[in-house]
Amino acid sequence: MTAVLQLTDVVRVHGEAPHEVQALRGVSFAAYAGELVAVMGPSGSGKSTLLTIAGGLDQPTSGAVTVEGVDLARLGQPERARMRRTSIGYVFQGFNLIPALTAAENVALPRELDGVAPRQARAEARQALEEVGIPHLADRFPDDMSGGQQQRVAIARAVVAERRLILADEPTGALDTETGEEILRLLRARCDAGAAGVLVTHEARHAAWADRVVFLRDGVVVDETGADRAETLTEPAAR
Amino acid sequence: MSVKHALLALLEQEPMYGYQLRAEFEQRTGTTWPLNVGQVYTTLSRLERDGLAQGGGEDTEGHVIYRITDAGRDEVATWFTTPVARTQPPRDELAIKLALAVTVPGVDVATVIQQQRSATMAALQDYTRLKRQATGTARAELAWSLVLDSLVFAAEAEVRWLDHCEARLRRAAAELDVQNSRLTDGTSSVKREFRRSTGETHADRTRR
Repeated sequence: MTAVLQLTDVVRVHGEAPHEVQALRGVSFAAYAGELVAVMGPSGSGKSTLLTIAGGLDQPTSGAVTVEGVDLARLGQPERARMRRTSIGYVFQGFNLIPALTAAENVALPRELDGVAPRQARAEARQALEEVGIPHLADRFPDDMSGGQQQRVAIARAVVAERRLILADEPTGALDTETGEEILRLLRARCDAGAAGVLVTHEARHAAWADRVVFLRDGVVVDETGADRAETLTEPAAR
Repeated sequence: MSVKHALLALLEQEPMYGYQLRAEFEQRTGTTWPLNVGQVYTTLSRLERDGLAQGGGEDTEGHVIYRITDAGRDEVATWFTTPVARTQPPRDELAIKLALAVTVPGVDVATVIQQQRSATMAALQDYTRLKRQATGTARAELAWSLVLDSLVFAAEAEVRWLDHCEARLRRAAAELDVQNSRLTDGTSSVKREFRRSTGETHADRTRR
């Protein structure tokens, strides 16, 4: 089985010598279908850089990033943008919804950008909203929703049309404990349904929802818990 | 942990025999703090001695049924309305281990911290997995889920404390480095300040 996301020896240097900052110093990392991987580290450890690179929003200085077997570096700008819209879903701490669009329109937007007919995009959006438990809020605007509801919309947008890789950067940061837990439950359910998820967080309680926890320090992976999980997934004992 | 009060509180609900008490206790708390039946019966006989419970009457299978007395009810009420004492912190092996690790020469403290963090994180993952399964709204299941939350918060606090220790040790090490370099490179801060203000570079100095 190939990894949905594979980072190989990824280095990311910001700025130039002598003031260069090595945000990532040779990180190799994979996320497989059906698993949620948490990346934990203090601020400045490189975890957000790792996520933006994994999602094709930033390019590594060296090393390779493949999503569903496709090397992002080999893609041109338009193909990469298309990949971001069709294969990858993002969830941010700040929700990043467009205030002038309703919940359903926000969720449908990436599909419409991708050339899907508006009618179908809208239908897919409603299905995604149903999946995250808020079909009744489809016509609501973000400002008329609570933080937890907005984050559910953001998750619906991240998973609409069966995207296989979900990247979440501190998705529960702005929410209270119980609402945050519901959001993690949703991410978890999505991964149990077959997506690969990467959750960046500095909170152990949230990382604990993952199958594996990767510890990042100064741009290097220093340790990992539950490391056997990916192995058993890739090489079933029956074979 | 006060087994005595826990059992009394259960007896307030209804009269029960030993095995039943153990089952009820574990339904609410999981097997986090396993009780053996011997312990239950020893506690029951102490409760009887102190006049807080009374054994008597048997069910059809010959189990001795215990019921709570009025004094027992008062005792339970007092227990619930008194905060758990925090006067003496329980012995914390991890805190002790770390206190020694930072002082005994030759110990790789960073590794001690990371190993513990991984182990605690793995436990936290286990608790969270159990929590995901405990979604019922029945009273006893809710109780068990709250006990799990307590374990989750405690493990989380431990990870946070380890993060904090690591950050403080790093800062201390960085400060020590600065002090050492001041001592060893023979360059006074005045000289360095001079070089910076005149724009003299390392290359200039080596050329000289």
